[in-house]
Amino acid sequence: MTAAEPAGRRPRHVTWGRIGVYAFLLASALFFLLPLWIMLLTSVKTMDEIRLGNILALPADPTFQPWIAAWSEACTGLACDGIQVGFWNSVRILIPSVILSILIGALNGYALSFWRVRGAEVLFAVLLIGAFIPYQVFLYPLVRLFSVFGIYNSLTGIVIVHIVFGMPIMTLLFRNFYSSLPRELFNAARIDGGGFATIFLRVMLPMSTPMLIVAVILQVTGIWNDFILGLTFAGRENLPMTVQLNNIVNSVQGERAYNVDMAATVLTALVPLVVYFASGRWFVRGIAAGAVKG
Amino acid sequence: MSTVSVRDVTVAFESVRVFDRLSLDVEQGELLVLLGPSGCGKSTLLNAIAGLLEVETGQIWIGDRNVTWDEPKDRGIAMVFQSYALYPRMNVRGNLSFGLRMAKTPKDEIDRRVAQAASMLHIEQLLDRRPDQLSGGQRQRVAIGRALVRDAAVFLFDEPLSNLDAQLRNELRDEIKRLHHRLAATTMIYVTHDQIEAMTLADRIAVMKDQKIQQLGTPLDLYYRPANLFVAGFVGSPRMNFVEGTLEQAETGPAFAAGKRHLPLDGYPFTRPPEPGRAVTLGIRPEHIALNGAGNWDGFTVDIVEPLGADNLVWCTDGGLSLEVRTSGEQAIRPGMPMALGIDPRRVSLFAAEGGERL
Repeated sequence: MTAAEPAGRRPRHVTWGRIGVYAFLLASALFFLLPLWIMLLTSVKTMDEIRLGNILALPADPTFQPWIAAWSEACTGLACDGIQVGFWNSVRILIPSVILSILIGALNGYALSFWRVRGAEVLFAVLLIGAFIPYQVFLYPLVRLFSVFGIYNSLTGIVIVHIVFGMPIMTLLFRNFYSSLPRELFNAARIDGGGFATIFLRVMLPMSTPMLIVAVILQVTGIWNDFILGLTFAGRENLPMTVQLNNIVNSVQGERAYNVDMAATVLTALVPLVVYFASGRWFVRGIAAGAVKG
Repeated sequence: MSTVSVRDVTVAFESVRVFDRLSLDVEQGELLVLLGPSGCGKSTLLNAIAGLLEVETGQIWIGDRNVTWDEPKDRGIAMVFQSYALYPRMNVRGNLSFGLRMAKTPKDEIDRRVAQAASMLHIEQLLDRRPDQLSGGQRQRVAIGRALVRDAAVFLFDEPLSNLDAQLRNELRDEIKRLHHRLAATTMIYVTHDQIEAMTLADRIAVMKDQKIQQLGTPLDLYYRPANLFVAGFVGSPRMNFVEGTLEQAETGPAFAAGKRHLPLDGYPFTRPPEPGRAVTLGIRPEHIALNGAGNWDGFTVDIVEPLGADNLVWCTDGGLSLEVRTSGEQAIRPGMPMALGIDPRRVSLFAAEGGERL
């Protein structure tokens, strides 16, 4: 008989190696999903059911009461307005911080890549070093500085802190992106009569969509998840959601309401979660583009 | 309506001089080509004229204005780049009109100029497309159009055809030549490393090498009377043949000698009195050698033949010396055939072996 000549698509065989890889991936996924699963389950159970201790059991009597309680009734210390206060505080901190830090980062990146700034290399190096110094070092000096200017414990203060700490990574991101663009494009715009601002706003920024999306993801998740800066600089009136969550979970009188705590935690995690799900593809693309070209 | 004058200009990057005290005058309505190998400073010179680079010393004049300190947009120039440099987020119309919109030109004037440039370059049907929906040739047409609408007195081209394939390059080269005739008052400076582009387009060519202008002249000047060995070798394809030898004083007058070969040089237009005994390089264009004509150099055999259709390129060798000859394509020539070569001393070039300047 003739042996089968190789023709067409090469046949694929299931190997033990492949099975191992899939098993590992499955196990990893379970490892990370299980806590989320337990949190979601617990948040829709009644306290009576939780006391039975079957944390993996499906809820016998599902209720959304804990979610409502977490959102509008849970107590942080003396006030009992739920975590919604923190949510709106976080939104108020987030929106100006994200917009301004990205704009400033993009502007820095543009200036450093296209205009012959005196000492641009040194400036950029200093900015990068800034990205590697731990936050904690800055806390106390910044507190002193802010109180001198009267913006300690205010929305302005916390927004400025987020802008400053976001600047190195935002500048790096945009500088690498703009450096990968042909310089001739910039030259053409200069001959056409564009100035510093016009070239930025009308030529460069419209081209930056992928980087803008990456920057939004980085900044939204980073600023939303921040705890220490919000606690230190925002003041009692503007405490972000993460700090409020901590206060709710830790201020217990009598029995600990696990279902409410779980609901509050999921609520707090919702914004970054939505951002990741909505933009995961863009995120990977942006990071990869930066890696190849930067 | 403008001449361009570069006076004693020095450009330096971080204390490395790209060129030193270079001067160049371009006449009004002239198309001047800056020709040279990569790294010779030709694009740098163009960028300095455009104002995209600062000069260390010297002045740049456009027309009767000293523009040395002026911004690029105030110099009355338009520029076309090798990578097209179209604004990717604007459609063709937006690209063409960007400069005019920046200059706050009235809307109907913009529309008129865009329509005019588009019809000149046959891109009317592309006006609403985005650059990524265009082919390379179309993109470069749009880039030229963007320069056209500016109505500038001086056009600068920075290797505009180098990114295109051979056929498109020829097509657009003709287009640029036509444009140059139509805009007779517009001065054009064109940078390229392609000597065919330079020869076909230029009124005058400045050949650059090592940050210096080696020769400035008409294409035919450069071709028939190259000022030095570099220009002789760089201009012309196939390349000029070079033979090393010495200058001798024969009874009839000066002669070139290389081994057993002699070539009497009566009728050769010496630029300075010949010095017998001097080491020289003889340059002969391939089309200036006659096969089996008045064969003053015999004893060659045909090595290889490269047929080009209209012409044959024939390599002839006598063992030591190899010469390329351009001859009619209809002649039947096969490798191995014996050949006598006829060289006309009035059409050769003679260079000093040391220094390479024309004698």
